[in-house]
Amino acid sequence: MSTITEPTPTPSSAPSSHPSTTKTGGGAFSPKQLVTALPGALRKLDPRSMWRNPVMFIVEVGAAITTVLAVVEPFAPALRESGGTEMAPSFTIGIAIWLWLTVIFANLAESVAEGRGKAQAQSLRATRTTTAAQRVVAYDAVTDASAEHAIVEETASADLHLGDTVVVVAGELIPGDGDIVWGIASVDESAITGESAPVVRESGGDRSAVTGGTRVLSDRIVVRITSKPGETFVDRMIRLVEGASRQKTPNEIALNILLATLSIVFLVVVLTIGPIAGYSDAAPSVVVLIALLVCLIPTTIGALLSAIGIAGMDRLVQHNVLAMSGRAVEAAGDVTTLLLDKTGTITYGNRQASEFLPLTGVGAAELAIAARASSLSDPTPEGKSVVDLADRQGHGEDTASGSMERPGEVVPFTAQTRMSGVDYADGSMVRKGAASMAVEWVRSAGPVASGTIAELDQIVTRVSEDGGTPLVVATRSASGDARILGVIHLKDVVKTGLVERFADLRRMGIRTVMITGDNPLTAKAIAAEAGVDDYLAEATPEDKMALIRREQEGGNLVAMTGDGTNDAPALAQADVGVAMNTGTSAAKEAGNMVDLDSDPTKLIDIVRIGKQLLITRGSLTTFSIANDVAKYFAIIPAMFAGAYPGLEALNLMQLHSPGSAILSAVIFNAIIIVILIPLALRGVRYRAASASGILGRNLLIYGLGGVIAPFIGIKLIDIVVSLLPGF
Amino acid sequence: MSPLRGTSRQYWVAIRAMLVLTLLLGVLYPLVITVVGQVAAPAQANGSLVRIDGKVVGSSLIGQGFTDADGRAQPEWFQSRPSAAGDGWDAAASSGSNLGPNSDDLVAAVGDRQSAIEKTDGAALADIPADAVTASGSGLDPHISPAYARLQVERVAQARDLPVAEVSGLVESMIQGRDLGYLGEPTVNVLQLNIALAEMDSGNQ
Amino acid sequence: MPPLLLLILQLATLALLLGIVYRPLGDYMATVFTTRKDLAVERGLYRVIGVKSDSDQSWPSYFRSVIAFSAVGIVLVYAVQRLQEYLPYALGLPAVPENLSFNTAISFVTNTNWQSYSPELTVGYTVQMLGLAVQNFVSAAVGIAVAIALVRGFARRSSPTIGNFWVDLFRGTIRILLPLAAVFAVVLVVGGVIQNFSDYTDASTIAGGTQAIPGGPAASQEAIKLLGTNGGGFFNVNSAHPFENPTGWTNLVEIFLMLVIPFALPRTFGRMVGDNRQGYAILATMVAFFIVSVAAMTAFELAGSGSATSLAGGSMEGKEQRFGIVGSTIFGTTSTLTSTGAVNSMHDSYTALGGGMAMINMMLGEVAPGGVGAGLYGILVIAIIAVFIAGLMVGRTPEYLGKKIGTREIKLASLYILVTPTLVLVGTALSFAIPAVRDDVEGTSIWNSGLHGFSEVLYAFTSAANNNGSAFAGLTANTPWFNTALAVAMFLGRFLPILFVLALAGSLAAQDRVPVTAGTLPTHKPLFIGLLFGTVLIVSALTYFPVLALGPLAEGLN
Repeated sequence: MSTITEPTPTPSSAPSSHPSTTKTGGGAFSPKQLVTALPGALRKLDPRSMWRNPVMFIVEVGAAITTVLAVVEPFAPALRESGGTEMAPSFTIGIAIWLWLTVIFANLAESVAEGRGKAQAQSLRATRTTTAAQRVVAYDAVTDASAEHAIVEETASADLHLGDTVVVVAGELIPGDGDIVWGIASVDESAITGESAPVVRESGGDRSAVTGGTRVLSDRIVVRITSKPGETFVDRMIRLVEGASRQKTPNEIALNILLATLSIVFLVVVLTIGPIAGYSDAAPSVVVLIALLVCLIPTTIGALLSAIGIAGMDRLVQHNVLAMSGRAVEAAGDVTTLLLDKTGTITYGNRQASEFLPLTGVGAAELAIAARASSLSDPTPEGKSVVDLADRQGHGEDTASGSMERPGEVVPFTAQTRMSGVDYADGSMVRKGAASMAVEWVRSAGPVASGTIAELDQIVTRVSEDGGTPLVVATRSASGDARILGVIHLKDVVKTGLVERFADLRRMGIRTVMITGDNPLTAKAIAAEAGVDDYLAEATPEDKMALIRREQEGGNLVAMTGDGTNDAPALAQADVGVAMNTGTSAAKEAGNMVDLDSDPTKLIDIVRIGKQLLITRGSLTTFSIANDVAKYFAIIPAMFAGAYPGLEALNLMQLHSPGSAILSAVIFNAIIIVILIPLALRGVRYRAASASGILGRNLLIYGLGGVIAPFIGIKLIDIVVSLLPGF
Repeated sequence: MSPLRGTSRQYWVAIRAMLVLTLLLGVLYPLVITVVGQVAAPAQANGSLVRIDGKVVGSSLIGQGFTDADGRAQPEWFQSRPSAAGDGWDAAASSGSNLGPNSDDLVAAVGDRQSAIEKTDGAALADIPADAVTASGSGLDPHISPAYARLQVERVAQARDLPVAEVSGLVESMIQGRDLGYLGEPTVNVLQLNIALAEMDSGNQ
Repeated sequence: MPPLLLLILQLATLALLLGIVYRPLGDYMATVFTTRKDLAVERGLYRVIGVKSDSDQSWPSYFRSVIAFSAVGIVLVYAVQRLQEYLPYALGLPAVPENLSFNTAISFVTNTNWQSYSPELTVGYTVQMLGLAVQNFVSAAVGIAVAIALVRGFARRSSPTIGNFWVDLFRGTIRILLPLAAVFAVVLVVGGVIQNFSDYTDASTIAGGTQAIPGGPAASQEAIKLLGTNGGGFFNVNSAHPFENPTGWTNLVEIFLMLVIPFALPRTFGRMVGDNRQGYAILATMVAFFIVSVAAMTAFELAGSGSATSLAGGSMEGKEQRFGIVGSTIFGTTSTLTSTGAVNSMHDSYTALGGGMAMINMMLGEVAPGGVGAGLYGILVIAIIAVFIAGLMVGRTPEYLGKKIGTREIKLASLYILVTPTLVLVGTALSFAIPAVRDDVEGTSIWNSGLHGFSEVLYAFTSAANNNGSAFAGLTANTPWFNTALAVAMFLGRFLPILFVLALAGSLAAQDRVPVTAGTLPTHKPLFIGLLFGTVLIVSALTYFPVLALGPLAEGLN
């Protein structure tokens, strides 16, 4: 059973490793996709599935009626007569063919969009294969956390229930989504994230969540299942990428209502033409009326609407983001306040030592050496950076040759002491840590001169104001004399390019708020450097929650990222909560999106995708409705000019004959769908700009363009159609 | 409160409100306006009636016919515009013809009127103004255009045996310009013109 | 003076007058509907009718009040007509027939004032005053009240209520309509509009004939007929009658009266939502339509095409000499764009395209500026549609004035825009689709034959469903079919939109307000005005193009 799949380099998953550098839209649209999607498009002709799209359903009914008429017509030539004009013998069959094509093109759009998610779904589905699970019977978390003594029974993964506990050992697939309750393991999650490097998952803390279908590479873990069968993360993901479980979003529903309304209006228009025109003996034939109806109802947007929605989700998936609902994607477009964690989002995750600041009377070298010593065994990036800095300053050799290179007991950082360091065998110690704790530590050995404290305060404040983190270095000699040496300036390094991105966001009307545990001084400095609009310093999860509530009370829509269990309430409260895939399952449950790359800056891309989704819908709706103007000018004179030659004045395009005019309008109406499929899948281009700017641009392209384009298109088609015999 | 009681209460309120408002707007308001109107502008409020020797001969605002019992135009009077009110200038049945712009009936009527004017007034077809051959909206238009008045001068003068210049002078003196110089069109009030004409005629004799 | 200059000067005068009153009247109306203070007389009236003026209503309750009040109005107007012979000042006229009474009652209560009857021959002074004039006031006040309720929906935050209908009704009547009507009624009397209780005066004409000169309380009704955008004439020919509209200057006053409240309400709206620029944007859209429309109608009438019209040498059939073509088209445009439906010239005799403009004006949905109140709520509903599409185009869940335009709002706005086109088209189609009806329509009702006859029917349903009330008056509408079908069109064309508007008001009022950011679509800039203009145009043009092609266009282009 080989279920681990390498990330398939399909167009849809290839950009996953560098999402921000690829243009949203992913793989290029190729005509080949149309061909592969064709069978699916034909299957969708089933009226039971067409029914869900009222606009296209009307077209299908029209196509069916026209087909019947095309069959009957040869036996009843009088049917050809329309509004005082005799239509060509091939007119009805021509209309019928193009109406069917209109429906097929619409289905094609949806099929193509769905097809793009299929590849990804396929690889995911492989992971869903039923596996054998080792279920712990009567798991006792207190006495037997590792479940080594418990009875284990073999169960099919599909039979696992919420709350079951399973044991997974190296080489096995994790049978379902859950949290590790005991143990630590490296896990291969490539099937889901596309990232081949294994990740570490351990019980407790924020990296305890595991996903069903991923493989444990080492060690043994006990997992509590947190999903119901068939509703695992992978199941949801498959449904999402396939578009099967796509529920219509609020805006989509509203738009559908508007489109349905327009369709009803046009249905009334067309149904009433018969009797009204009958008064002047100019009643058009049924075929002509159906052609008019199909041209008037918003088929273009009706055909592309669901493709746009699927493609929007698909774009998110290409960015390795899973939205739990389309609603969340739309909400992302509406976000007005973005809460960004400082660490990892605004600054590189690790602070780096940039300077040693010795107190008066302390040699620069002495401080550097002590600092280096305190960090030698410190595995954190900060610790390493201290060693690096000392090495760069040339104090590495001192230690290498010497005096302090000796065995000692590492004192790790704890939340209580907030210091780390080394205790040497001779009783001497070195510590680095928060200023207050370090001073306390020194004081415990003896009094500290007030001048020293004052000087230290000064340095600490200066570092904080610069946005840095001060780490105080202190030593205690073997004799027990303790003294403060100085300060390490740990600097937060702000990521490059953020200032521009935040300026973009500001133009889009989105306020950015930086969340940090730093003190207000540091927070202020970093906020200024990164260009965020506001900051929340010394933030606790409660503060964060309160901030979200406050923003929402002011009518703002808030987006945030989070990974820890203590982020869960805030993630749930936020309108858009993006949980990091590395986070706990509590966080993932609470949020409405999961970022598989666990990249907090992704939030900005998500907002962009949300907006692009709406813009594409709005623009194509405008285009679709604007098209009606030209279609009217093609069809109305053609319909009635037989009875009222004066109406020929409305034939602005100088179309060849009534028959060719109507057929050309129908053909244009069908072809435009195919032409716009790539745009629907790719999304309308979106640049950060003010609402007025975007509206002006889109109105020009899709509004004015929508009025003009069909005039040209229908005219060109008419030139071709007029060459057909009989037209 | 149950919905039913709520609804019936609404209707009870509505009935009282409607009665109160009817009293205020349907009785009090028109009465007050009538009193004010009768005091401030009695002549207008009572219909701008024109009296000769105390006898009402018409209203300066209501057009009337100057035709004989058979509806034929009397050549010695300036003629009003054609009327579709009742049998013609029936002030108890104001009405336009409501004939459409392409109506065959209207084409015929206009043609008849034009040839009649051609015959009686000796006018060239091109000189006959539109108001002379079209029925007014009310059927009670008291006015004609200065052009139509001028067109009739010769006929009237001839019929009354008056000097053309005198009648023409009278017409010119009776032309009312546009209100404020730009509201509406220049007009000649036919009744007032004819009364002045009659006065002039009787003065001459 | 060339007609173009006449047109420009008259429009400039109107612009000046309306410009002067825009702010004070708009602000005054905003104060009327927001103040907590009642006038002494109002307090007395509230006690009489049993209303607490400080208790606001939810939207369903508000709607029920509108319906209750209107239902009582219909019954009352119906009753006074049916009882006419027992009433004073009946001028010897008998009871109005049932079918006609029904049509007239609906017509006046819905602010349509379609008249299937000829007033001189049908109704005496008492019916005119007690029945019709009262409805001229209160139907207008209902329109304003509903518009104000919708504006409150935008202005209020997280509120379960949208105001008190009875308070809005009484304040609109007593503080706005009544004083203005009283002042202008007197002005009109001075201009020559009659105001008396005399019977006909018999005149012996100098040419030897007789003429019965009518009397009646015309001025008091004329002022509110125009001010409340009602349009139901005291006389058959409406404002073409010299006793309703005697001079060139009263003509301008009457046009001003039709426009003054509809054009000032955007200010009230801007004021109440706390952003006057929003009012200017709505106003600008309305004005743009008005100018384009009046220019087009005037141009068509001056061109005077049509076999009869060109033979006569000008489009003067059905027009009064004192107004001329320009004075008629400004009035006609105003009347059809404001849902007044008064006429100072016979639209049936307009050129095909000129008369077509009158129809198009109504088909726009009576929103530029529309009837008192109805115009404002109408254009705000279209604005919601425009905002929705524009909002999508800028990538945000659409919002208007800080209120999200979601599924419920779009549903209600959609239903709103669905109502009138359906009524117009279905009504017109049924007139020709049902054989018995068709025979009656073609045999009895239609006056002009051919295409123009179709236009008469189309005009009638357009006018009724949009609550305008003007007519291609050749149509004999006093038949069972038209009296019934038009009454249904008027009733549904009035109260269904009101239902949707009030539901919308409730839904908006319940929302909190979203703060404005750079990502918010500004709804006061020229771009949005253009978009709103386009939306109004496209929604109506796309609906009515085929029927227009079969009526005025086919006639005008042949």
